Amino acid sequence: MSHFAELKTVTKMFDSTVALDNVDLKVEEGEILALLGPNGSGKSTLLKILALLENPTRGEVYFHNAKISNQNRERTRMETTMVFQKATLFNTTVYNNIAYGLKIRKVPKNEIQERVNMALKLVRLEGFQKKYAKKLSGGEQQRVALARALILNTKLLLLDEPTANLDPKNASIIEEIITSINREHKTTIVIATHNMFQAKRFPHRIALMENGRIGEIGEPAEIFGKLSKTLASFAALENVFTGNARTATDGTTIVDIGDNTQLIATGQHQGQVSLFISPEDIILSKNPFDSSARNMMKGRIVEIQDLDSLVKLKVDVGKLFTVQITKHSFDDMKLNLNAEVYMAFKASSVKII
Amino acid sequence: MNEIIDGFTKAIQLIFSGDPRVVEITLRSLYVSGAATLIATLWGLPIAMGIGLKDFRGRLLLKGIFNTLLGIPTVALGLVLFLLLSKSGPVGFLSTLYTPTGIILGEAILITPIIVSLATSALEAVDPEIMNQAKTLGATQSQAYVVAMREAFSGILLGGINSFNRAIAELGVAQMVGGNIVGWTEVLTTAIATETAKGNIELSIALAIILLALVFIITMTVNIIQRRRK
Repeated sequence: MSHFAELKTVTKMFDSTVALDNVDLKVEEGEILALLGPNGSGKSTLLKILALLENPTRGEVYFHNAKISNQNRERTRMETTMVFQKATLFNTTVYNNIAYGLKIRKVPKNEIQERVNMALKLVRLEGFQKKYAKKLSGGEQQRVALARALILNTKLLLLDEPTANLDPKNASIIEEIITSINREHKTTIVIATHNMFQAKRFPHRIALMENGRIGEIGEPAEIFGKLSKTLASFAALENVFTGNARTATDGTTIVDIGDNTQLIATGQHQGQVSLFISPEDIILSKNPFDSSARNMMKGRIVEIQDLDSLVKLKVDVGKLFTVQITKHSFDDMKLNLNAEVYMAFKASSVKII
Repeated sequence: MNEIIDGFTKAIQLIFSGDPRVVEITLRSLYVSGAATLIATLWGLPIAMGIGLKDFRGRLLLKGIFNTLLGIPTVALGLVLFLLLSKSGPVGFLSTLYTPTGIILGEAILITPIIVSLATSALEAVDPEIMNQAKTLGATQSQAYVVAMREAFSGILLGGINSFNRAIAELGVAQMVGGNIVGWTEVLTTAIATETAKGNIELSIALAIILLALVFIITMTVNIIQRRRK
């Protein structure tokens, strides 16, 4: 594979803050590359530099081995497009939003119409043309933003946390689209995510980012296999823990992750392990309840983050867990800060890395 | 009391008979305020884009200055302009004192802070990522500015209309720079003031009704436009 874009010793400063620190990166033609790291690790800045929206403070950017300069920046920018974490829609209809890039490229009107219809079909929003973009739900807005980028058929597609604030249904629609675009159009895709599960699912390569640097880069199996210790150091990633595993008599594994917290996992493991639990796999209740879930613990809500149709909670059970529930059930349960809750998840939800 | 009712009746007659002087003053007022708004927008909008969309040292100070200038007394500005434009003043050679052009210029300066302040707030309220969004979809720098302006359109329009309202309704600058010369520089406000002093109440009332009606219609139109855009 030849490489599509390359960053050479790129440093980006915002005032005195270092967002990217001496980053070298090659993006291969036709690959899906995931940037995995906690918030503030420099993923978005790296994407904006690849999108040619930000200039590096030091270092160079190459596209097809040609150095990007003020002379070729605007022209080269046409080869790439970026979908921001927050859908930044124009204050107009869905149609005008999606058609914008094609209008700029002076595509004939009837072709624009045809392609907008196709793009809407792809993101499963047929018939939404005349709707007012900003009145759509969060998930629908994110899909309009994706359609607006996909319609351009750029060779490089940059996605910043495309599913971070979405419910599982919308998230899986978007993941499917990304994979199929890469397969059918050979589009090179760079996707920033802090969702380890997502990073494991479809990218060809993963780059681990922390404090503005790329720590490790490689294939998912390699990264998740050999580098579990580095991975676990991503404290800000959700529900990643390390602990001591021992096989129980019933064939499951008990992992002591410290602070009086023990988890039950499927399979047989021994010794030091890293593990994570997807925030949407955890069930919450205000009262103790019977269930088939092997892991049940009592804790206190210490943080509430409202994400449109979803709510993310931090629950302190000795260790801090992130739990994701829908806004609907959050309201139904009348949860509030410092409320006592019971948390349950299956042994099979504990993914040992 | 009878005098007032009488004045009103005659005023209404003046308006509906299409009295040439009433028509002329009204049209001149519209022309002068319209031209002033246009000029203020032409030079105010780039300033607003600079303050609202870019980050530089002294940005807040500049914004503060324009906000302060919002409250400038029109008579004081009129005096300054009078001194500047009079024959012995620094720009006296332009011979714009006591001409419609002089009023247009004066009003344009008066309303510039309004258009700058309102357009700046409107542009600041636009999502800061919107220009990057346009660029990543293929827009050039200038096309990205157009997108930001379009996002801020209703705020900018509001600035323009408020400026026009201020221009058409103010007296100080029009009086001191225009001089209210009959058939040449008299506008609604100056004519109302002068004709009232002369005891020509029915003409004053007629012009005041027109002035109020204009301001009312314009404000209503803005409200409708804004509601439609929401």
